[in-house]
Amino acid sequence: MVEKKEKQKVPRQKMPEQEPKVRARNFNEVPFGYPPELAQLESSRCLQCKKPKCIEGCPVEIDIPAFIKLISEGDYEGAARKLKERNSLPAVCGRVCPQEDQCEILCIVGKKDEPVAIGRLERFAADWERDKGGVFIPEKAPPTGKKVAVVGSGPAGLTLGGDLILKGHEVTIFEALHKTGGVLIYGIPEFRLPKDIVQSEVNYLERLGVKVEVNCVVGRIETVDELLQEYDAVFLGLGAGLPQFLNVPGENFCGIYSANEYLTRSNLMKAYLFPQYDTPIARGRNVAVFGAGNVAMDSARTALRLGAGTVQIIYRRSRDEMPARIEEIHHAEEEGVQFYLLTAPVRFIGDDNGWVTGVECLRMELGEPDESGRRRPIPIKGSEFQLECDLAVVAIGAGPNPLLPTTTPGLDLNKRGYIVADPETGKTTKPGVWAGGDIVTGSATVILAMGAGRKAANSIHEYLMNK
Amino acid sequence: MEFDLKQKGEERLHKITYKREMAEKTVCHFKVEASRIARKAKPGQFVVLKVNETGERIPLTMAGTDPSAGTIDLIFQVVGKSTALLRTLNIGDMIMDIIGPLGKPTHIENLGPVVCVGGGTGVAVMYPITKAYKEAGNHVIAIIGSRTKDLLILEEEMRVASHDLRVTTDDGSYGHHGFVTDVLRKILDERKDVKLICGIGPVPMMKFLCRLTKEYGVKTIVSLNPIMVDATGMCGACRVTVGGKTRFVCVDGPEFDGHEVDYDELVKRQRAYLPEEKASMDRFSKEGI
Repeated sequence: MVEKKEKQKVPRQKMPEQEPKVRARNFNEVPFGYPPELAQLESSRCLQCKKPKCIEGCPVEIDIPAFIKLISEGDYEGAARKLKERNSLPAVCGRVCPQEDQCEILCIVGKKDEPVAIGRLERFAADWERDKGGVFIPEKAPPTGKKVAVVGSGPAGLTLGGDLILKGHEVTIFEALHKTGGVLIYGIPEFRLPKDIVQSEVNYLERLGVKVEVNCVVGRIETVDELLQEYDAVFLGLGAGLPQFLNVPGENFCGIYSANEYLTRSNLMKAYLFPQYDTPIARGRNVAVFGAGNVAMDSARTALRLGAGTVQIIYRRSRDEMPARIEEIHHAEEEGVQFYLLTAPVRFIGDDNGWVTGVECLRMELGEPDESGRRRPIPIKGSEFQLECDLAVVAIGAGPNPLLPTTTPGLDLNKRGYIVADPETGKTTKPGVWAGGDIVTGSATVILAMGAGRKAANSIHEYLMNK
Repeated sequence: MEFDLKQKGEERLHKITYKREMAEKTVCHFKVEASRIARKAKPGQFVVLKVNETGERIPLTMAGTDPSAGTIDLIFQVVGKSTALLRTLNIGDMIMDIIGPLGKPTHIENLGPVVCVGGGTGVAVMYPITKAYKEAGNHVIAIIGSRTKDLLILEEEMRVASHDLRVTTDDGSYGHHGFVTDVLRKILDERKDVKLICGIGPVPMMKFLCRLTKEYGVKTIVSLNPIMVDATGMCGACRVTVGGKTRFVCVDGPEFDGHEVDYDELVKRQRAYLPEEKASMDRFSKEGI
């Protein structure tokens, strides 16, 4: 007991990070990560609970106390291996998982003090292994002769591919874009998730034997039915690849982007390095970003880094309802992003060349809770006002891209167009076809997609071994 | 650039097996190895191409395919840095990324007399579609036009692909002196049995063509070529207003009812990056990168 009390005296360790004013003008990663001393100190805060609650909050059930113990003992490589037993993308998850709602919220230390920084420790161990080179390659089960096609190389597909290759199956991942990683590559900016980290996690899978075919739009070049002739099972991890727009007049003026387009230009196509890279991107002076999720924060912070003078987040509800992680909102505010809350766009205003010059908005007030449990925003009559903007990014969510579902007979979709799949197994209504991630649940998190990939991998494995 | 290509692995690259420059070197015809696309592509579909690691993704329509040779035909006009860079490649050189076939194929059926109108490089897009209409049993009248004689492309091919070919040049250096719309008006005056018009070319040409055919009440299909990024329906860069609704050209098109398209908006959206395109081109002309 005495020992436990002493442990709790160590406060939660902050990660060193770039100064807000400096980082708001570059694309380098914001936090630097723990140096070993801080990782040791932070790991000493873990109580090593007999019945750890934290694991229950983890969609891929990482043995959290075990990997933290290894860090505290200085066995960083062992910690990385322990993570990889359950999670093939620890360097990614350590950065982008909402730990505050998953493992850390359940941490016993957090009842009286701040919880153990599980995410930061995960990141530390994964980075340590990668930086020293020579990533550990686990042993694979003997070949089963079964072949699995994975459509989409985002978090769900990568996790599933990693799991099934270790179980001895042949795995081929088909990716529509020219680079692998899905949302990790096109969506999440460099300053939050460096692209060489994603690349090295994909390289790890390739070294395990996973085959990757980029530039392959399944639904056009090959249909799912054609894949089923060659493969024993097909997994669809397509993501939520359809941008939602505001549907207000003037939305097709130049300078108005979907967040998907804005971030794809900047991240995947590296337009922030124009003209060294050929893809251009509009650089606004006054930027309006609609929505208040993580993607909106990413867009707003990207706009700052592309040289914007002012960046405003425009959101129809209040601060309490903003869906972004608190850490992301905090980072955006520190960097100078402004918030127009309880404000909704009515129409865009443009010039003769078809470029956006402003947006007319309405003030809102909160009424009774709606079906999402959040208080419904209601327009205040006569409260119209105009905001100047020469660049606008619409980040109000994404829907299911219909390209593959509409070319796949026998695959049932729900009313909103998402693929119907068993939440426990990922099985779809089409024999031999599984699905998971955002194309089933709608836009969610990287780790939930990975959890879905894991469940589908287990189900596919069982199916293949009984086939 | 070579280093980038090596990293990717030779088997995933696309070798250029044929190159011909035409229209005073403003237009270039490549045959490129892309066997899977060659097997699958249908008239009216397009590819997205990225020349090298630092390149942008540009949509190009296929002028044809050769499934047995495993090649696709790309005919493109040099309009900016990416196409200028593409033109510098020679037989044996590699293109890093080609994605396709994309978009919906042209809906081909036996309708009766069809008029296929191609302007500028649009003739290249028109060519496989014209061929397909003829093969489906339609009587096909084709009209092709360019600013001047030397810029005219695929005349012989279009003559074979159609039953009746008419040629126009804006300056009168060859064929009819004037626009493709002049010839089309004459045809529509002469014969009342035209069932469908398919028009592909610069946006102003398609706009005026559709104004004319609306007068005559003849259904008209156009093929649009806006700016695209992913071209799989993910980004919305290619959105266009058709019949008052926003559509994505990459997945809903590229062909639409020509009488419903908002051409003025399309032109403005196509010009969204003019300053950047000019800066990029200037840099390429001076420094070759």
